[in-house]
Amino acid sequence: MDLDALTGCLASSACLVTQTTSGFIIGMLLFLVAVGLTLIFGVLKVVNFSHGAFYMFGAYFAMTAYQFSGSFALAMLCGAAGTAILGLIFERVFMSRVYGADVLMQLLVCYAFVLIFDDVVRMIWGPEFKSMGMPAAFQVVPLFIAGGVVPPYYLLLIGVALAAAMILGLGLARTRIGKVIRAAAHNPGMVSALGINTGLIYGGVFALGGMLAGLAGALAAPVRSLTPGMGFSVLIESFIVTVIGGMGSILGALIGALLIGMIRSFGSLGFPLFTEGLMYLFMVIVLVSRPTGLFGKEVA
Amino acid sequence: MTRTRKPGVSRRATLAMMGAGAVSFATPWVARAQAKSIKVGMPTILSGRVAQLGTSSRNGVMLEVEKVNAAGGLAGRQIEMVIRDSKGQPQEAARVARELVNTDGCEILIDAEASSGAFAVHEVARDLGVLCLHTNSETSALTADPKQHIPNAFRTARQGVHDSIVGGSYAAAIAKAKGLKKWATCSPDYAYGRDTTGEYVTYLKRFAPDIEIISESWPKLFQPDYTEVVTKILQAKPQALYSCLWGGDLTSYIDQANIYALFSQMEVFAVNMADYTALTVVKNLPKGIHSGNRYIKTYPATAENAAWGDAYKAKYNEYPTNWSWENATAIMLLAEASKKANSADGKKIAEALRGLKIKSPFGADGTVTMRAEDQTLVGYAIGWGTTIPQEPYVPQVQAGDWKTIFELEAEWKKSKGYT
Repeated sequence: MDLDALTGCLASSACLVTQTTSGFIIGMLLFLVAVGLTLIFGVLKVVNFSHGAFYMFGAYFAMTAYQFSGSFALAMLCGAAGTAILGLIFERVFMSRVYGADVLMQLLVCYAFVLIFDDVVRMIWGPEFKSMGMPAAFQVVPLFIAGGVVPPYYLLLIGVALAAAMILGLGLARTRIGKVIRAAAHNPGMVSALGINTGLIYGGVFALGGMLAGLAGALAAPVRSLTPGMGFSVLIESFIVTVIGGMGSILGALIGALLIGMIRSFGSLGFPLFTEGLMYLFMVIVLVSRPTGLFGKEVA
Repeated sequence: MTRTRKPGVSRRATLAMMGAGAVSFATPWVARAQAKSIKVGMPTILSGRVAQLGTSSRNGVMLEVEKVNAAGGLAGRQIEMVIRDSKGQPQEAARVARELVNTDGCEILIDAEASSGAFAVHEVARDLGVLCLHTNSETSALTADPKQHIPNAFRTARQGVHDSIVGGSYAAAIAKAKGLKKWATCSPDYAYGRDTTGEYVTYLKRFAPDIEIISESWPKLFQPDYTEVVTKILQAKPQALYSCLWGGDLTSYIDQANIYALFSQMEVFAVNMADYTALTVVKNLPKGIHSGNRYIKTYPATAENAAWGDAYKAKYNEYPTNWSWENATAIMLLAEASKKANSADGKKIAEALRGLKIKSPFGADGTVTMRAEDQTLVGYAIGWGTTIPQEPYVPQVQAGDWKTIFELEAEWKKSKGYT
């Protein structure tokens, strides 16, 4: 425990800027993965344990596209679009067959696919770790804001994640498709009776969730080493975020992800050997005081 | 009266089969034993984030096994490698090692595990009494601690304390010249990370007593994100940073630290940087990182070393790693010891291994020695230098002096109560 370092940081504008930005970066990447997880649970009522694999595929798709084209924008697009298509196929061919099945069955099917997807990546890209590399446009001197260090690439990352959060939130709240998705989440039987193809909605939601995780993977690819199985640790943290925020709540995922990001960022200063523990401790405190999470709703 | 032939096997055929069986059983068992290959079991990490290093260990072994078999094998017995994936889990490494001996009939073990798994396999070797060569674990205690000593286990890998003595004295000289007094450390939170960092800091302070460690970071092994660690180091504002992160962890860390321009704000000493696994994977390799040599085909700068690196690349289409040479050395030593003992028997090879000196492309003076007193490898080329982003990656390596290493290692052993 190093409380002097923590209090010293809280009294320094430079440190506050650097650590807050760091918290945002960790949080927004987690949000992109967690929001897909929570969306799929909210609408399909499936705990998609294979969700981390889409993060992994997003990173590998982006790296491959970048190697062939040299275009960062195309890499991001391929990461997101590729995982959306993969998500749609996965939902239609496999997941749609276990809707309504026992939760244990769903978890076993998902876990089987975690292992299968890891092996697929190993077969295609090899077992060794890889690095996409930072595009030249972002290989620049970091910004210094109030004495704090802020890398331009991370500003882009935060911006893209925030934009995704806003588009998703507004889309679900204001558009017709959003309303149908929300209706399908509450009463799929009624939506089906109205002549709306719920299978299409489920497939679309799964693809959207996969796309968001893939986008997170693509954004992480320039700064994280790529390896088969890389989605697992992200999945665990994403589960913590969704549990803290409340399963099915998009706002909850955003707030939960940012809280975890800040806990990791400032916790590394004050509690360097207990940063992971802090995260779990916070989850326990939230669950004990509010079992449905910060923004979760009671199940009727 | 004519005799009709009864269906089934004729008496003549039955007699012929019995005769053949009798001849077969009568063949001297010695001749069969000589013709029989010798199975060498090898648990290593072939899946997960370290799979590349496990694969490179296997490649290093196979490159040499082919040469040994072409020259007649171990005392006339061809080596048959039985290689299994431990997934980097100690309990799995121990299970696999036991199965290799008890079920697969392996007579020798090559333990190509990282430190955590190596200690588990060591206990299996202690229990079964089989000849075991640890090839990847660099944690000093594995062979330096007398409690760990068993007559049938040897190490053909570097040793952390050797690296730290050379690295500490190298860094201290730079620290004095450039006035680097405030240091930070960032190493993985497990036995190798903590031990090696502790030993490095000990020797750094020994040669430059006025340095101060102002920040320590211990990210967990295989952590995906180092952002909070990078910013923590930036807040501390050290003048120099030491790290023994390795493999994918090191490359992730470099990628993430790069965009904070961390490498331009302090001198960085990363012992595991100068290995092709890291050097070729990092796309924007910063110039001027100080590193110990791991496997570099230009150090030691000999024709033998360059030829070995090129032969490996020609066969596997990539350069070898630090784990490759350590595993190749195990086979080289086995072959020489078997020749000396004129036997493939594990106990006789173990006797021949103690104190054995062989010619080696990886030796500081063209040779390496299996030191008898603690059954660990000494005399390998060890040095530190600074990186550049293209080949030869570390153009000038300052060689460590084995006389100094031996002196300080003896002191260190005494201080730890090992002697």
